[in-house]
Amino acid sequence: MNVHDKYGPLTLWEKFYLAPILAGLWLTSKHFFRNLGRHILRAVGIKSRAMGAVTIQYPEFLRPLFPRLRTMHRLTRREDGTPRCVACMMCETVCPAKCIYILADEKLENPQIEKMLHSFDIDLGLCIFCGYCVEACPEDAIRMDTGILELSNVSRNGMVLDMETMLNLKPDGSRYAQYDKNGDIISNAYIQQPKKS
Amino acid sequence: MSDPTRHFVGKETKFLEEGVYGENFIVTSVDRILSWARLSSIWPMTFGLACCAIEMMATAASRYDLDRFGAGVMRPSPRQTDLMIVAGTVTLKMADRIKRLYDQMPEPKYVLSMGSCATSGGPYWQHGYHVLKGVDLIVPVDVYVTGCPPRPEALIDGVLKIQDKIRKESVIKRKLQERSNV
Repeated sequence: MNVHDKYGPLTLWEKFYLAPILAGLWLTSKHFFRNLGRHILRAVGIKSRAMGAVTIQYPEFLRPLFPRLRTMHRLTRREDGTPRCVACMMCETVCPAKCIYILADEKLENPQIEKMLHSFDIDLGLCIFCGYCVEACPEDAIRMDTGILELSNVSRNGMVLDMETMLNLKPDGSRYAQYDKNGDIISNAYIQQPKKS
Repeated sequence: MSDPTRHFVGKETKFLEEGVYGENFIVTSVDRILSWARLSSIWPMTFGLACCAIEMMATAASRYDLDRFGAGVMRPSPRQTDLMIVAGTVTLKMADRIKRLYDQMPEPKYVLSMGSCATSGGPYWQHGYHVLKGVDLIVPVDVYVTGCPPRPEALIDGVLKIQDKIRKESVIKRKLQERSNV
């Protein structure tokens, strides 16, 4: 059955389409003023359960990250400052994207540890951030907990991480969500970045 | 200065030609306004090919809003856009279409390569017989954003880098130099 037969032709008022336009504007302005009111109350200090818009104003505000998130890689050091990595090539073998390139050197000072790194490159343009290298490493030498998510560059060669860069990265706890000793999350609020001058 | 065209240019734009092009405050102010207008309203053409498209949709959604940076108007037609976000694995069949659509974009145009697959073939670089190993083999890429898929924060960071690139460009200064070199 044709829909035009069921509902009949449009009246002049319906063709003019003014009532649906006003209904749509009413809906939009209702949300707008509701959000405005809630944001103003929050800015003044009256906290309530009702939230305004859920937008995170990146880069001034950051979303808190969780501990198992796989971000940029870093190499760890032993207590005496040398890298933990013994160049066993486990991470290079298990990497699904084959993005790790390792060259080994001989460690002459300590005969118990035979090998050390000559060079360790990760091509972030190939990496799929699966975390297999972290699981495969027997020495806990590589971790993905730096909290650096901004991996963009203007050239492909600029995305190759070398050993020096990765050894000097520190785990950044400030971007992660904080937990108390029972394991409950302390605050889910967005992390505010310090104002850049 | 015996060339009549140079003399004509000198007469018309004499008050703008003091010193080296670009040191004049009128030229730099107009350039800054034009660059600000261009970078605040980048219209992206989203080339969502694979999983990175989901993260691009998430970036354009309400939690990480791309519209705050002016890049929220996602046009499906290349004739109306100035940024092409190649998001996902580029197969050889699709590469032909990407080149064709890039040619249809009007100048000035920029390309952002999103994800590991668009940057360099990703995990398929070794054995993928059907994959183009990086979209910069067919179109010139301005910013690469890596990740699998890159988080919305990373994509917003890439768009901010494109904005920095546009901010450094100058329209009036380049036109003056072109006219004086004629």
